Amino acid sequence: MTGDTQRVLTARPLDRSDERVKHTDTFGNMFSAFVDRVRSGDLGSLPVVVGLVVICTAFESLNPVFLAPNNLVNLLFDCSTVGVISLGIVCILMVGEIDLSVGSVSGFASALVGVLWVGQDWPVVVAIATALVLGAAIGALYAFLFNRLGMPSFVSTLAGLLGWLGLQLYLLGSSGSINLPYGSPLVDFGQMLVMPPIVSYMLAAVASLVMFVTGYRTAARRRQAGLSASSLGRMVLQALLVTIVLEFIVYYLNLGRGVPWMFGLFVGLCVVMNYALTRTKWGRSMSAVGGNREAARRAGINVRRVYATAFMLCSTLAAAGGILAAARLASSSQQAGTGDVNLNAIAAAVIGGTSLFGGRGSAYSALLGIIVIQSIASGLTLLDLSSSLRYMITGAVLAIAVIVDSLARRSRLSHGRA
Amino acid sequence: MTMISDVDHPQGGVRKPVLSLRGISKHFGAVSALTNVDLDVHAGEVVALVGDNGAGKSTLVKILAGVHQPTSGTIAFDGEQVVLSDPAAALALGIATVFQDLALCENLDVVANIFLGRELNPMRLDEVSMELRAWTLLNELSARIPSVREPVASLSGGQRQTVAIARSLLTEPKLILLDEPTAALGVAQTAEVLDLVERVRARGLGVIMISHNMEDVRAVADRIVVLRLGRNNGEFEPDASNQDLVTAITGADENSVSRRASRRRAHQSPEQRR
Repeated sequence: MTGDTQRVLTARPLDRSDERVKHTDTFGNMFSAFVDRVRSGDLGSLPVVVGLVVICTAFESLNPVFLAPNNLVNLLFDCSTVGVISLGIVCILMVGEIDLSVGSVSGFASALVGVLWVGQDWPVVVAIATALVLGAAIGALYAFLFNRLGMPSFVSTLAGLLGWLGLQLYLLGSSGSINLPYGSPLVDFGQMLVMPPIVSYMLAAVASLVMFVTGYRTAARRRQAGLSASSLGRMVLQALLVTIVLEFIVYYLNLGRGVPWMFGLFVGLCVVMNYALTRTKWGRSMSAVGGNREAARRAGINVRRVYATAFMLCSTLAAAGGILAAARLASSSQQAGTGDVNLNAIAAAVIGGTSLFGGRGSAYSALLGIIVIQSIASGLTLLDLSSSLRYMITGAVLAIAVIVDSLARRSRLSHGRA
Repeated sequence: MTMISDVDHPQGGVRKPVLSLRGISKHFGAVSALTNVDLDVHAGEVVALVGDNGAGKSTLVKILAGVHQPTSGTIAFDGEQVVLSDPAAALALGIATVFQDLALCENLDVVANIFLGRELNPMRLDEVSMELRAWTLLNELSARIPSVREPVASLSGGQRQTVAIARSLLTEPKLILLDEPTAALGVAQTAEVLDLVERVRARGLGVIMISHNMEDVRAVADRIVVLRLGRNNGEFEPDASNQDLVTAITGADENSVSRRASRRRAHQSPEQRR
């Protein structure tokens, strides 16, 4: 067996032969490595977790309804709509560009579904598909303006913000809003449908099982190839921890109405996006283009196509979020997608840890960030504060998040972590 | 002067060149970076491209890598006329480049950088095989990279250079362009890179190497091509005298290098007489 002889010859794994590098194989090391990482500015999701704890304790002490299961279920319903939009923002921020028109695109999509489905009596599925395709077309237009005419995305999407809002108002006409029929599958999905308890418990268990199995198989392959791999004990512990946390969350939500299917859809999209960003060639290209565009081009990557996919995904997801928002409110109105939708979607991605400067980010930052934003919104609503105060507080939170991001970035640069 | 007047290979072969440039010009606005440059590279040959700063060496390499497009002139690769419209086209032909301004993504780790654009298993990245191959390549180069899973931002200049060279060797190329490959390297790594250049030549690949270090150039080059102010200014064998090379590079017998040398002689001679 050549593999065995190799292992005898090199007592240490191939990637552990340099004595200058600290490795984190034991639990004690793991903790100190985590502290080192945070101090050098690689914060990961730490600010979000700290933020959530602060928010929960503050609002819970002010109004005990805040942490009640049913309030959290409502919160998750609300998260899903803007969260899907925020997922698109993660895509576009990864390549270092921005889309300021996601709110207007979502409003336009919601108006279109209302007009086609209720106004024109189209089948609801066709109406939704049309809205999604037009969303993709809007992204393709931005990509064309960016790639071929060199128009900065900041400007083209700012123009789009006004343009699509105008189109939304035009579609809705003088009535200003279209009510979607109660009891229809779309509205039920947006307002009522929750998973049966057994399904939600199963899904949580399957998630941690899949995590464990893929981790185990990777470790086995790495060991076979003579590379270092995490120990079985560590993986079992991780899997157990994840299972307990997930099952507890599901249990707590099931004390109320249960886990919304719409939230399930949102989390599912996050998982798919995370896979695409971290485990496919396309995702690698996205990070590369965001990190160093010229280097990516010289590596033979079709940079224009990467930008085009980012713009199209972003506006398609914005349209999807708009449709979910229409389902949630059971109406397509002139207000849909206006106000703080834009800000919240972008803020969620940044608060969750996606860098505004490109090249760094994760699909889960949309999930974490939108939970923070919606918690603040929900808490302030429970306190009966006016929207004026809500805007000011959300704005301050966003400012803090961006400050943390740029400080962490500066620290990362000086610690050689980029 | 040991100038070679025609483009024949010094070893006297009649092989067809891998790469043949004719009348390449490149203008950046009013500036002519390159004017009517001719260049041939044969299989199994190391051509050193030398010249002063601003002679157009890096511009020429960027044209060959598909980063810039020539204003006029023709490029023939393997006997066929080609248009290098973008870096992907050059890579597809088998022209690999190590750029002077290192083209690495600092936010990605070493493995991701080496395999950038050529990842194994695009829909489900094969990280284990990629990491293994990365270690093999880096060990071949005797690289001292602490970890291939750290972002490139944490590496030193020399380590980045090694990563960039490993990158160019990943896909068996037919022609390798090295723009100042040893500029950022230590003594041992420089020797490794020169060894590597010779190994690459032994495999029958063509190499174009830019360097300011005449010692390195003489050590590995089969032919030295001099550029001056964007034009061909002579071809030399590696055993050409330093005086001739410097004259061709600076364009005059009387130049700052020779003036400096004679000043030093004048200073030293009184002491030597004593």
